[in-house]
Amino acid sequence: MRDKRMTADEAVSGIKDGMTVGIGGWGSRRKPMALVKALLRTDVKDLVVVTYGGPDVGLLCAAGKVRKLVYGFVSLDSIPYDPWFKRVREAGGIEVLELDEGMFQTGLRAAAHRLPFLPIRAGLGSDVLKYAPEIKTIRSPYDDGEELVAMPALKLDVALVHLNRADRHGNAQYLGPDPYFDDLFCLAADRRYVSCERIVETFDGPPQTLLLNRMMVDGVVEAPGGAGFTSCVPDYPRDEKLQREYAEAAADLEKWPDFYERVLG
Amino acid sequence: MSDITRAEICVTACADLFLGAGETLASPMGLIPSLGAKLARLTTEPDLLLSDGEAYLLTPESTVEGWLPYRKVFDVVAHGRRHVVMGANQVDRFGNQNISAIGDHARPTRQLLGFRGAPGNTINHRTSYWVPRHSPRVLVEAVDVVSGVGYDHAVGPFHDVHRVVTNLAVLDFDTPDHSMRLVSTHPGVSVDEVQKQTSFPLVADEVSETRLPTDEELELLRTVLDPDSRRDREVPA
Repeated sequence: MRDKRMTADEAVSGIKDGMTVGIGGWGSRRKPMALVKALLRTDVKDLVVVTYGGPDVGLLCAAGKVRKLVYGFVSLDSIPYDPWFKRVREAGGIEVLELDEGMFQTGLRAAAHRLPFLPIRAGLGSDVLKYAPEIKTIRSPYDDGEELVAMPALKLDVALVHLNRADRHGNAQYLGPDPYFDDLFCLAADRRYVSCERIVETFDGPPQTLLLNRMMVDGVVEAPGGAGFTSCVPDYPRDEKLQREYAEAAADLEKWPDFYERVLG
Repeated sequence: MSDITRAEICVTACADLFLGAGETLASPMGLIPSLGAKLARLTTEPDLLLSDGEAYLLTPESTVEGWLPYRKVFDVVAHGRRHVVMGANQVDRFGNQNISAIGDHARPTRQLLGFRGAPGNTINHRTSYWVPRHSPRVLVEAVDVVSGVGYDHAVGPFHDVHRVVTNLAVLDFDTPDHSMRLVSTHPGVSVDEVQKQTSFPLVADEVSETRLPTDEELELLRTVLDPDSRRDREVPA
């Protein structure tokens, strides 16, 4: 079986200008921060970033790498708003496709199933469709004749996710309470990279925790602490202190270069 | 029991949102609605399902009775056996809610969270709102961005915006055109005061006073659910 181990820099080296990059996790939970930091070290730009947004969005916006963001929300969980995301939005600095959270999942699922769209009720009547005129509705061909949102596939060039354990072949395991949507991100993408706390030979724990199999992964990066400062339970909780420092630096541009140098440089 | 606080009245008003809910997932966002849902479960609605806000369903004794990661929450949303109590940066006359952005969505004057699950919630199952600071900036004539769908935008078979509970009053949409109606004011609050803090005229034909918590409810709230009185920090007396 193929050995897919690589460094974080190798994993992101195939990401080119303008690509669509899906980022796993949720808010400030189990984000592939080591891979995001590796992306910050590249010259790549004009990315379309697809994510249930947290500080990954803030950092990529801070680095000017985002042309368009596709999201259901951006939040740091214990801090409601990400200051960098706020700043670029209020400056009109990025394009956005803002979705309902369930529409987002449905779009990933459509891509994962190689379907052009999937129907969903969420979005009807709301301003999601007003600000995303590219999203059409479709009428049920059955007797009910109900009109539904035809959520288009959110097809990704690259998916970046972080899990608790993986083997060198790309089988990977979550050990916390929630898998989030990392399997769907991988199924929706052409190239899939998983970082993990530890590469193992064999897995402990119930087989239901094996979220990814090696068909779904092209590269495995061992990155202990690689979700920090977001949470990666049970390996570690969110580093609330560091997240607060991030938010304070992000809100005050005079503090940002020092924070960037110290934590991300 | 004496010295009943405004926060305690808000909690029981939130508990009353779930009257008759039965075996439904209660999804309260924020402290006061969460206390309300727990109180309902311990009193009138023992069959309610409550999540820990992460991935577990918990009994009143905080033991795990089920698994509900986000992906399964979306299944419950689509299935419909759920009553969510969301926050709102803005709520308008017809129950539209905004948590996305203030101003023009293309270039907001203030970026908020985003649509989150509000479009899916409001089109699929019963939705209520909790507003800890009832003011004309929150209770607006028309929201800037429709995140949660109100009655003048409602489509489909399952739309059901139930009530808005605020620090001043309980409101609903039980009028011929589904415009907001004042159901009750909390003790010590006048109809005039609520109207002054609301940007549009409220229907106020038969306004009662919001009920007081029972002795049993106060006991549960003060000794079991919130012994540190975190509720009083969210709604000052």
